[in-house]
This record gives sequence, structure tokens and C-alpha cells, in this order.
Amino acid sequence: MIYDVSTLALIIFFTFIALVLGLSFYFARKTKTAASYFAAGGTIHWGVNGIAFAGDYLSAASFLGICGMIAFSGYDGFLYSIGYLAGWVVALFVVAEPLKRMGKYTFTDALDFKFNSRSIKLMAAISTLVVSMFYLIPQMVGAGDLVVPILGLPHWVGVVIVGSVVIFIVATAGMTSTTYVQFIKGGLLIIFSITLTVYILNKGLRTEPYPDFHKYNSIDVYFDDSGVLHLSENPGYLITGAATAGPYTFMLLEKNGFSNWYRLTENDNGPVLEEMLSITRQAIGTILYNGAPRSERLFYQVGHLSKVVSDGQEVEFSGPVNPFSFLRNIKESEVVRYTKTSFEFEGDAVDAWYPETTSGEEIMRPGLLYRLEGASLLERLNFISLMLALFLGTAALPHILIRYYTVPSPRDARKSTIVAIAAIGSFYILTLYMGLGAMINGVLDVQSSNMAGPLLAKSFGIGIFAMISAVAFATILGTVSGLIVASSGAIAHDLLDRFMNLNMTDQVKVRAGKIAAFAVGSLGIIIGILLKGLNVSFLVGLAFAVAASSNLPAIIMILFWKKTTARGVAASILVGITMSVGLILLSPTMYARYGLDPASAPFPLDNPGIISIPLSFLTLILVSLFTAKKKTGNLVN
Amino acid sequence: MLHEPASPQQEDKAAERKSRLGLKLFFVYAIIYAGFVFIGVTKPSLMGVRVIFGLNLAIIYGFGLIIIAIVMGFLYHLTCSRLEDELNIEEEKE
Repeated sequence: MIYDVSTLALIIFFTFIALVLGLSFYFARKTKTAASYFAAGGTIHWGVNGIAFAGDYLSAASFLGICGMIAFSGYDGFLYSIGYLAGWVVALFVVAEPLKRMGKYTFTDALDFKFNSRSIKLMAAISTLVVSMFYLIPQMVGAGDLVVPILGLPHWVGVVIVGSVVIFIVATAGMTSTTYVQFIKGGLLIIFSITLTVYILNKGLRTEPYPDFHKYNSIDVYFDDSGVLHLSENPGYLITGAATAGPYTFMLLEKNGFSNWYRLTENDNGPVLEEMLSITRQAIGTILYNGAPRSERLFYQVGHLSKVVSDGQEVEFSGPVNPFSFLRNIKESEVVRYTKTSFEFEGDAVDAWYPETTSGEEIMRPGLLYRLEGASLLERLNFISLMLALFLGTAALPHILIRYYTVPSPRDARKSTIVAIAAIGSFYILTLYMGLGAMINGVLDVQSSNMAGPLLAKSFGIGIFAMISAVAFATILGTVSGLIVASSGAIAHDLLDRFMNLNMTDQVKVRAGKIAAFAVGSLGIIIGILLKGLNVSFLVGLAFAVAASSNLPAIIMILFWKKTTARGVAASILVGITMSVGLILLSPTMYARYGLDPASAPFPLDNPGIISIPLSFLTLILVSLFTAKKKTGNLVN
Repeated sequence: MLHEPASPQQEDKAAERKSRLGLKLFFVYAIIYAGFVFIGVTKPSLMGVRVIFGLNLAIIYGFGLIIIAIVMGFLYHLTCSRLEDELNIEEEKE
């Protein structure tokens, strides 16, 4: 897309970032010990911690990714909201209090609290690093997406800015600063999401989202006796080329010196050419947007209603709606969505997006992304695997688990979890409104689903856009901070101090944590730049699968199965990590990313949870049973 | 070297009962969640059926899963707090 840079947006954005950095400086002076660096000294109020939980959890995946997925695929994106929230039930009812009782600074402490096993320390620390890295990458990708419209800078600059600021925050003040950044950001995210939803409901449903919304051309055509295509009228267009991709035929039409692609399709009156969006990478190296240079600004935002039905009547504008009638009216209306296709034409590579009218019925139930009606067994398994990973992943995310150590007591841990569930649940309900609002208000950038929420805000005014973008950016800052604190704890506390027995002093441990934060942050920056373009919620879904496979079986079995042994725990973590990461690397999505045919991927599912989670449980049980006979570290409950 | 908790902890006499309650609530919620996934996989068209306020089953069930989690969380906390107050105070009296 082609974005304008707003001075107001820039001012609000940088003011917000300056406040966050100021907060870090303030808390940096108070952070002297390892307890305050890694666990905020265990002194955070449960209410603050609850909202900070929400801040940690409502990452780029939630605000940018889910809103974008709903905006492009309807209800299927909302499945992520449901799954992410359901995961908190596992965290609250099963792991919150026991984990608080068992741990000190890190997730590894909790797993190892009775065994004192070097293999558990090693495996749990590696697992923390792998899961945190999987979670970190989408945050970085989201950060890059965000700075493009705000600052008018390239994607990679955004990744570098986020990485640098976060490394600074974590390396200066650790968990205390991270907690307060999360608290402010979590609160603001919920407040601005409510504001945005009120705007959406007040605007209502309309066929023309805004006065200068681009009206896409539709040109009647006919075939002569010899099968040659002609334009029914001659509105100044000239057919200059044709291409095919899959079942579709595309025609290149020229007018006023610019050429653009049209899809040949049919409506009630016969064959017709429908205008598309296209990006052409010419063999000579230039890039054309809808057949014109970028400066001509012919590449438009999309997503609108072709038919509005309000209370059973077809209208052009519904007027302001309430939360129920908004959903009900969309269900009865029709939405124009854009689907991507790619083809080659005379040596040029063309990415094109063609309009598809979709009924509101289809938008408001599962099926557009995860095709379940008449689905194959594999497609059904893919869906089950995703929902399983989302449900079980939350309670196994190290950066979430360490937040239990920042409050004084198990009771406070429980209370902060409930505050988190209420805040996060409310936000997730709002994601449906924000996603659908973006879908129908002509704001979507077909190149990045992640920008749906902020671009929707932009359509309501530059002020709210700047605030929403700053909060979204802070969302990423906060989540990345939490992830880097978790990773630096795994390296400095678990690996160096406890696994390698370096017996570091508090001061040295904090310094090692800061160096680790720098290393992990730098790695995240590099991978974030390389994976530009993937939907961040999809990527976080994978992080959940890795966490649920590697960590959850160990947590659950330590808590509830007395025959669990240290070797069983270590083996299950090892199997969980290798299976989940291995299957992801062999999945169809990753094969497409490698430039290979997705159909040839050795593992046919995109989410590995349905295989790797049970396998990790099974490994723990079998290894524990086998090693229990030798009396090696049985857990005495 | 074993690892102690981040802050000093008192013995919690209610821990076992809270744990049992937590597990029960977890299984109740897991069944409701599994029902949602089961419908999605076996009879997805059912998700489009109008249920109440003109909204379909997908919306009602989805919102329901979120709201039920919040309500169950509050009930769990109230019950746990009561158990802690009763059992831990009784212990102190003895």
C-alpha cells in the first residue's frame, strides 16, 4: 500500500515511546538484585499484575493478527480469540497457584523444584528459549508492518527500532519496568479498542464506506462467433494481453497510458471483466501498482459491503447500530473480499487480487479459512490441532508463567489471573467488532492483513489512528520485553548459574541476563526481518503448539502424577520441542515459504499440536515408568 | 541446591481441595470447549443456525466460551478464598 505520513501521528507516537523509555530509566535505578531484575522482587500488586498479564498476552498476534485475520477471513480469525482465551482456564484452574508455590524466578525453577536435575534445567531452559523465540518473531514482524504507515519507513527499520528499544528497556530495568509498561499498555489497549468499537457501531453499515472510496470497474464483454473477446462498449479501454492462473482468465486493459488487470467472470447479464488490484514486478526491475508507478497512487484500499440488509430491509446505509444488530446485519448482508493470485506475463511477475462477493452467512461462521464443510480428514485434523494447541499453549508459555513470581502470594497469583481473564476476554470480544469493521469499511491493505486494526482507526481520524498505532507499538514493545526477560532468565539463571554451576553473584547474574537480552533481541531482529509478510497470529499459533508440546506435559504430570521422574520430564520436553519444531519446518506453509510446492510437504498439517502434544505426554509416562524402577528422583508429592 | 519460592510461603491447608475444585472446573470447561470443536469438525453447517437475537450458533457459542471462562474464574476465586479463610483460620485456632 501507499501511505501518507502524518505529523500528528509521528508526535503522538514518539511521545508514547519517550514515556515508555522514561519509565524504564526510573525503574532502572531501583533494580539492584537478581530478584528485582527477574521477578520484580515478588512485590507487584495483583491488580497491576493482572492487567500486566493482559498486556503480556495481548501481543501483536491479538491486536494486529486476529483483527487482520477476521478482516480477511471472517469468523475463522475469531477462532483464535476463543482459543487464546480458553487457554487461560487451564492456567487458572490447573497451574497458577502450584506454579507460584514451586518457582522462584523462572519456569525451569518450577519444573525442577523437587528433582534438582541437571537434565531438567538444561531442557527447560532450551524450551524457554525456543518458545520465546517462536513468540518473539511474530512480534517483530508486526512491528515492521506497523511503522510502514506511521513513519513511512521500510519494514526492516520497524523491526530494528522495536528490537533496539526493547533491548534497552530489558537491559536497564528488567521485570519491574516490563510489568509497568505492560500494565499501561494493557489498559490503554482495552480503552482504545472500546473506543474504536463505539466508532464502528456509530458508523453503521453502508455500501459506500467513505465518499472517495474507489469504485471498481466492471466492463461488459462478449465473445464473437470465432470465440474472440470484445468489449461491449468502448469506454477508452484496449485489450493488450491475457494470462491464466488456475481456473481463471485475466485480461490486461490499457487506458490513458496505464495498463491494469481484470478478471474474466460472469454476472446475470453474461461475461464481464472485473477490475483487480495488481502489483507487477517487471523484468527490468521496476514495480508497478495497478499498472502505474507508486507515485500515481492507483493502488487502493479494499473491503466493502456490496449489499446492506438492515432489519430485513435492503438499504444503502443502516444508520448507527448496536452490538447485536451489527453482527446480525452483517450476517444478512454481502461483503466483497479480495483473493490473491499470482501469474507471469511476458517475463513480468504479477501478484493480483480479485474481488469475490461473500454472503454474510459465510462470514459469520467457520469455513472461509479452515474449510470444514465437506472437508477432508486432514483439513479436520488441522482444525482440531490448532484448537488443541491454543487451548493448551497459554499455560505453558514461559513469559506468562514467570509473571506468577512477581506477586507476593499464591492467592495474589490467582486473583491476578482472574483480572487477566476478564480483561483479555473483554478485549477478544471486541476483536470481532474491530475485524469485521475493517472488513466492511474499505480500509484493508491487501499486502498486509496485520494492518487492518490501525488502518480502520485511520479511517476515523488521524488522532485515534496515532493513539491506536502507538498502543499497538507499545503492545509489541511490552510483549517483546516480557519474552526477552524470560529468555535472559533462562540463559543467566537456568543455564549459566544452575546448569553450569557457575555460582554467580547477584550482580554478575543480572549482568549476564542483560547480555543475554541483547543476544536474544538481536537474533529476533534478524529473523523478524526475514519472515516479513506472514500473519502474526498464525505464527503465534505455532508458538503455542511448541509451548503446549514441550512444557505442558511436564507441568501437568509433575503436579498430578506421583510416578513422574526427572528423566521422564527431561525426555518429554526434548521430544515435545523436536517434534513440534520439526513438524512445523516440514509443514505445507513452511514449504510454500521455502518456495516449494506445499502439497509435497512431508507433514500435511500446518499445526503440529495433535501429534506432538500426545507424543510428549506418552514419552513422559513411558520414560518415567522405565526409570522409576531404578528409584531415580521419584517425585514425592 | 533446591529452589525456594520467590517470596516466603505459609502452608496452605486448602491447597488440596482447591486443586480438586480447579480440576473439576477445568474438565467442565474442557467439555464445553470440545463441544465447540466437535460441532465445527462434524457438523459445521450447524454453526450457521440462528439461535437468539438473530445471531447464529457460532457467535453465541464463541461469546459463550469467553463469558463462561470469566464467570467460572470468579466463582473459583470466591470458593477458593472461602476455603482458605475457613481451613487456614481453623488451623490457626487449633
